[in-house]
Parts: sequence; structure tokens; C-alpha cells
Amino acid sequence: MKKPDRKSVIFFLESNAVPILFLIIISIGVPYSGFSVDYLVQEIIIRLSRNSFLVLSLLVPIMAGMGLNFGMVLGAMAGQIGLIFVTNWNIVGLQGIGLAMILSIPLSILLGWMSGKILNMAKGREMVTGFILAFFMNGVYQLVVLYGMGSIIPIGNPSMVLSRGYGIRNTVNLINIRQTLDSLIPLKIGNIQIPVATFMVIALVCLFIVWFRKTKLGQDMRAIGQDMHVAESAGINVERTRIIAIIISTVLAGFGMILYLQNIGTLNTYNSHEQVGMFSIAALLVGGASVNKGKISHAFLGVTLFHLMFVISPMAGKNLIGQAQLGEYFRVFVSYGVISIALVLYAYRKLKEKERAGTALAEAQEEK
Amino acid sequence: MSQNAPLLEMRNVTKDFFGNVVLKDVSFSIERGEILGLVGENGAGKTTLMKILFGMTVIQDTGGYGGEILLEGKPVSYKSPLEALDDGIGMVHQEFSLLPGFTATENILLNRESTNYNFMTELFGDRMRTLDRAEMKTRAEKAIEKVGVKLDENTPVSEMPVGHKQFTEIARELEKENVKLLVLDEPTAVLTESEAEILLKSMRKLSEEGIAIIFISHRLQEIIEITDKTLVLRDGRIIQETPTDQTDIEEIAQAMVGREIHAEGDRAEVRTFNAPHLIVNNLWVDMPGETVRNISLEINKGEIFGIGGLAGQGKLGIPNGIMGLYPAGGEVRIDGKTIPLNNPREALDASMAFVSEDRRDVGLLLDEPIDWNISFTGMQMQKRFLKPVLGGLFRLRDDKAIEDIANHYIEALEIKCMSPRQKAKELSGGNQQKVCLAKAFVVEPDILFVSEPTRGIDVGAKKIVLDTLKEYNREKGTTIIIISSELEELRSISDRIAIVDEGRISGILPASEPSKAFGLLMLGKVDSKGDSK
Repeated sequence: MKKPDRKSVIFFLESNAVPILFLIIISIGVPYSGFSVDYLVQEIIIRLSRNSFLVLSLLVPIMAGMGLNFGMVLGAMAGQIGLIFVTNWNIVGLQGIGLAMILSIPLSILLGWMSGKILNMAKGREMVTGFILAFFMNGVYQLVVLYGMGSIIPIGNPSMVLSRGYGIRNTVNLINIRQTLDSLIPLKIGNIQIPVATFMVIALVCLFIVWFRKTKLGQDMRAIGQDMHVAESAGINVERTRIIAIIISTVLAGFGMILYLQNIGTLNTYNSHEQVGMFSIAALLVGGASVNKGKISHAFLGVTLFHLMFVISPMAGKNLIGQAQLGEYFRVFVSYGVISIALVLYAYRKLKEKERAGTALAEAQEEK
Repeated sequence: MSQNAPLLEMRNVTKDFFGNVVLKDVSFSIERGEILGLVGENGAGKTTLMKILFGMTVIQDTGGYGGEILLEGKPVSYKSPLEALDDGIGMVHQEFSLLPGFTATENILLNRESTNYNFMTELFGDRMRTLDRAEMKTRAEKAIEKVGVKLDENTPVSEMPVGHKQFTEIARELEKENVKLLVLDEPTAVLTESEAEILLKSMRKLSEEGIAIIFISHRLQEIIEITDKTLVLRDGRIIQETPTDQTDIEEIAQAMVGREIHAEGDRAEVRTFNAPHLIVNNLWVDMPGETVRNISLEINKGEIFGIGGLAGQGKLGIPNGIMGLYPAGGEVRIDGKTIPLNNPREALDASMAFVSEDRRDVGLLLDEPIDWNISFTGMQMQKRFLKPVLGGLFRLRDDKAIEDIANHYIEALEIKCMSPRQKAKELSGGNQQKVCLAKAFVVEPDILFVSEPTRGIDVGAKKIVLDTLKEYNREKGTTIIIISSELEELRSISDRIAIVDEGRISGILPASEPSKAFGLLMLGKVDSKGDSK
């Protein structure tokens, strides 16, 4: 091993600033929260099984140079619509989850295709476009769920419909499928429950991503991610490839949302999807990913750190300053904050890289 | 198809951009395995000619071209560069079109990767095939070997020295199976001498294998050394087409520059200076496309100092670096005092001013009126054109003073406008340039950098701009450093002229030297070998 010199240490700190910051905050917070190790480990496992899939769905567009896919909310909506139908038709257990996923696919593909088309018109501004697009589609979703369902789209289950006769209630009880996947293969180590089947599904998507990177399509996406013009002049169909990247992300986000909700057990019809995008993106960034770089390890590290913070912050807040609300405050503050920091760091790093190139030029000068 | 037909033939190729003729009756041919040297000044039409050959969309968008192109005796007309590639014509660009994060292998085989079958292709099509890394490595190695260099095919491009990037790019073209003709656009411009040597060697090897090469270069020494035939373009016409062994550098340079003509009349009088004012030591500037590598200059007080050279050699980087607009290093001193770099404010405070070549973006506030544009820097930097109100509690804009100064310069520089309140964007290019100059004059700098002051303006306005600079220099004794691509313009106004080549000064001569001397300096490395007389 080479002895790390000062420059490379600084470079390491600089490129991992966010995860290191979170690690420090958590290591201070954990003792103050007073939680037992068992409890924390159990919480981390639950959160990992609940959120990892959603976070992993963000990786493909990053590879294609499209930044953080704020439009993943569209996939989440598709997943929710799938769940609403499955609940309506009273399909129980794994079949329910499977059918919901199948139902979400065509919807996700349609939404992803549309989103990809629009993002192609806004090259270089994908993130803000995706963000606003999610707001817009939220309106369409509300129109369909609040007015269309029960009137145009038949909903037979009266407990789901608002008392006025149409529109889905604020919360839908997902008792039919609740944690069926999590408890499919029960495993208990000490006091800690491990949802083996869910983790197997997550492992499957990881394998998919690893394999996908090795395909021709994955290679094309990496090429486009680095330089669209070079890729285009080599004959790669840039627009189509970008649309495919978004479709893959949207479909995965739909599946992720279904896994997320089967763990929670209730659907907040009009809110669940909204927060999911923000928290998934924040988690990925906390794990050390950035606008143009995202790895599977970032997703897992991010979910662990980000959610551990949420678990400990109410108690830590209470014990420190007597305020449990600190937790909720942190939740919102931190997720927006971390996204802002990541965007600023991204711009800053670009600048630094330029500077480094300049210095390299100067050094080459001196050698002569 | 006859075997006797030349590999590529262009017949009477003509092209104009909206009436502005850039190519006229260009005809030439190239045989298999022949190396053709294509030389010409910037703007002579070399790039346009190559764009026509490759069917770049910009050609169709501007009305197509006249004449015909024959490949192996068959007329061809490409709609996109990809079609040209399919016919075995490859291009190595001046700017690298490589992906920095990919390895040499991945770049060489970009979009032509070797792949393996898997069951997913049945569902989702061929793009789901997985890459065959081992096979790719062999193919890349073979291509690199064809170029005749040693390259690690696993190094990411971002970590390669410039020369290796160039070789990677050539290897990419050679990897294509049917490549017959290779266009190399200034491939040696970024290479060190030994790297250029290797490149020339591999070009010879390729030509022996029957691949024809069109070699575009400003380095005439290389043209002489390697090409079979030389083609000189000037103002869109072929001036000279000769077998290379029947010509020499002098003749080519003469044909390229071609104008040992006018401008002798209004040569500046010979002045002598002996007070060094601005001293630049080992300056480097990282300005994209205009990299300055190592420049040392000594400029005297009251002098008009010209900086010339071909585009992309770094002359524009010098003022932009000194004024702190691009990352720079080295030492800049004024009257012995060191000026910190990378900080525009410090540069302005040291009483330097800069009229940028980029007048629309940097030079002017386009949506503001002329008088505000003229007074803006003076107001910001020197707190002029402000009047105290309420015993100096606030300071407000002094509109009267602003109008006076604007009227003064409108008259002095003959700025054609309706009123001082007219918006800058409504002015013609020449008049905008005059406003930029007025803006710089207002701050009364000790040192004034003027970059490409006559670019894109008509002849009459050119004369006024140059005369104004000259007058201002004589009246106020301001040191003026003028950067321009037009040699004659520099010679008509400057006392001394430095020529920049590849980011370095290739020579400083008094403006009274004949233009051929400057021409040779621009083409670099001539004085040692070629200029035997």
C-alpha cells in the first residue's frame, strides 16, 4: 500500500463530506438517545428492507447522466394505483403484491416514457424539470383517484370510497398484503427479526443493476452520461436511450413503492408518494452519491445513516433540550438541506476539477 | 467501378454562406495510400471543405454545396458523418471526442463493442447483450498496434497525457474495418516533438498499408517531411497544388499568406522606449481553446504592443489571464509591483483595463443605454459620476455628468446612434466596439488591453477604431496591448509585435519587419531548419 499523502486525504474528505458529517452527527446522537443496540439494529433492518428498493431505483438515470430522478414519484403513483386495485379486488397475500406490481408496469412505462420525452426537451435541466413534473402529475393523480375512482373506474369495496360515493378515502388499509413478503421466510437472530424474502428481492434488483451495467445498453448509458455529443457522433441513439433509462427507473420505483407500503401496511392515498421521492433522494445523497455518481453501496449506506438519524433524533432531542419535535423538524430540514448541499457540492467540485486541471498544467510547466 | 479512379475526387466544389463565398471551384484528388497535406490560414476554407466531405448538417442547413464528390469513381453525397464513416472515411478532430471516464479500450470501441448473447435479448432486443471484455481488449490492442504506439488500453482517458489521447482517437478510426481515408485535422498541434515524431511514423505506416490520409497542419516542416502532395488554400481557392518534393516551406508560406501587398503606407513611425512598465514572467493561463503555456514579456511605458498568432495558439489567453478572467499562474508586475492573478478586481485596481474580444457577453450591458455602458466601470471602480446627497450620506447617480461624458465620446469616436439613451444592443457591431473602447477610456487606465478590436466590423469602422487607439496612446501615453488575428492591422498600429505559437512566444519583432518574417514565426519552428537562406 502506498502511504496516503496529505493531498489524497483531503481529496477523500472532500469527496465524502456528506456521509462523514452524518456519521459524526449520529455518533454524537446515539448515546444521547438512550436506545439499546438491539433496538437500533432492528430499526435499521426494517428501514433497509423498506426503503432500499426505492433508493436503488434512482441509480440508472444517474448512470445515464440525467441526475437525480425527481420524477421517480411518478413510479410511486403507479405502484399506489396498483395497490388500490388489488385492495379493491380483495386479492390477498403474495398474489396481491405480485398483481399490484404487474398492474403498475404498464402505468410506469407510460409515465416514464412521457417523463423521458419531456426531459429530453430539457437537457441539462433534468432535475428541476423532473421535480416540477412530479408536482404536475400529482395533480393528475389526484384527479383520477379523487374524482375518477368510484365514478368512472368502478370501485366495489365501499370501505375504500369516500362517503359521497366516489373518490378514494384518505387512508387505505392494506391489511390483505401487510408484511406478507417480510414474513414469508421468518428468521430471528436473538431478538432481531429479519425479513429474508424482502432482502432477497432487493438482492435481485442489485444483481440486475450490476448485470445491467455490463450490457451494451448500460455501456451506452454510461457513454451518454459522460458526453452526449460524443455518444451521438458515435451513432448512439441518445434520446431513446435516455427515455429507456427513465422508464427503467420509473418501473423500479413503482415496485419499490409497493414493497415500501406492504411493510407499512397502510396507504396514505394523497401523501405517501409525495415524500418518497424527497426522502429517497436525500438518503442516496447521504450515502455519498452525487448528481453524476451513484453506486449500490451508496444506497445502502445512505438508507442506514439517513434513517438512523430519524430514529434517534426524537429521543436525542428530548434528552438534550426536552423537545421531541426535533425529530420531525430534522426530518424535513435535513432532507432538503442535504439535497441543497449535494447540489452545491456538485457545482463546487466541477469548479475544483477545473482548477486542478489548471494546476496540473502549471506543474507540467515547471517540470520542463 | 474502375480500378483506375482515384480514391477520392472533388470536382469544382463551391460553397457560400448566405452569399459570402468561402469555397470556389475546389478540385483535387487523392489516391490510395497517398498523404495529402492541406494548408491554409484560419478562414481559408479547410474546415468547411472537410465539413462538406463528411456531410455535416451545418452544410445542408446553409443551403448545401456546389460541385461533386466522387469516391472510387462513384458520386457520393453524405447526409451525416455516420454515412461517411460507413464508407470508410474517418476523421480525427482537433478537439478530442473521447469520453474522459472510459478507458482507451472503451473509447476505441465506442458503440462497436463486442457482445455476448444472453436470454434477455429475446425479450428486450440486442442492446441487452453483455459486453465481451476479453474480445474488446484484443480488438483494442490490435488497433493500437496498427497505430504503432505503446498505450495501456486500460487507462481512463482522463489520466492520459495529451499525446496518448490523440493516439487513442486515431486507433478508434483505424479499428473500423473498412477505413480507406483518414482526415487528420491538426493532429500534431497538441503533441510534443517526440510524440509528433511517432505520429508521423505511424502515418507513414498507414499509407504503406494503402490508407489515404488528408493531413491538415500549420507545421509546414511536417507537411514537407511526410506528404506526397501539398494543397494550399487561400480565401476559398486552391492557390497551389504540387508534389511536395517540388516545393519548400518558403514557397508554401508565401502561397498561404499571399499578401506582400498594401499597408506599407501607414506604418507607425519608429519610436524607442526604455522604461519597462509591465513585466510578465512564465505566465500560464487555462483558457479553453486558447491555452497559454509559458509566456514572458517586457512591455515598455507608452508603447503599443501587438500580440498576433493563429487562432487557438493562446494569444487571447494572455489578456484574459492577466485580467483574472481565467485560471492563471506565473508572475505579473507593473512598475515592480506584483499583481495577484485570478482576481479581476486587483487587476482593475492596478489601473489595467480590458476590452474583451467577447463584446456581447463580457464587454457590454446590452439592454442598457450607451451612456450607462460608457460610465459603468468608472462608476463601479472609481466612484465617479456620483453626487453626494444629504451631506454625503448617500451618493446618487449624476445623470448630467454621465450624459456629458457619453456625448463627448459619441462625438470623438463617431458612434452612430440616435441618442446617448439608445440601447447598446441596437447598435451595429462596429459602434458597439466603439462603446467598449469608450468605456475603457473613461477609467483612464495606465495599461489597456484590447482584444480583437476589429473582429466582425466593417472596414470604415476598423479604421476609426485603430486610429482612436493610436491617438489615445499618443495623447495620454497609455500603454496599449492589442491582440489581433490580423497581422496587417497589428503592423499598422504597433511598435513591436509578439507572435504566439502553441502557448509560447515564438518571436518578438519590430512592426517594420516584412510580413513574411511574421508569417514564418506563426508557422513555428521554421527559423531553425526550413529558413535556410
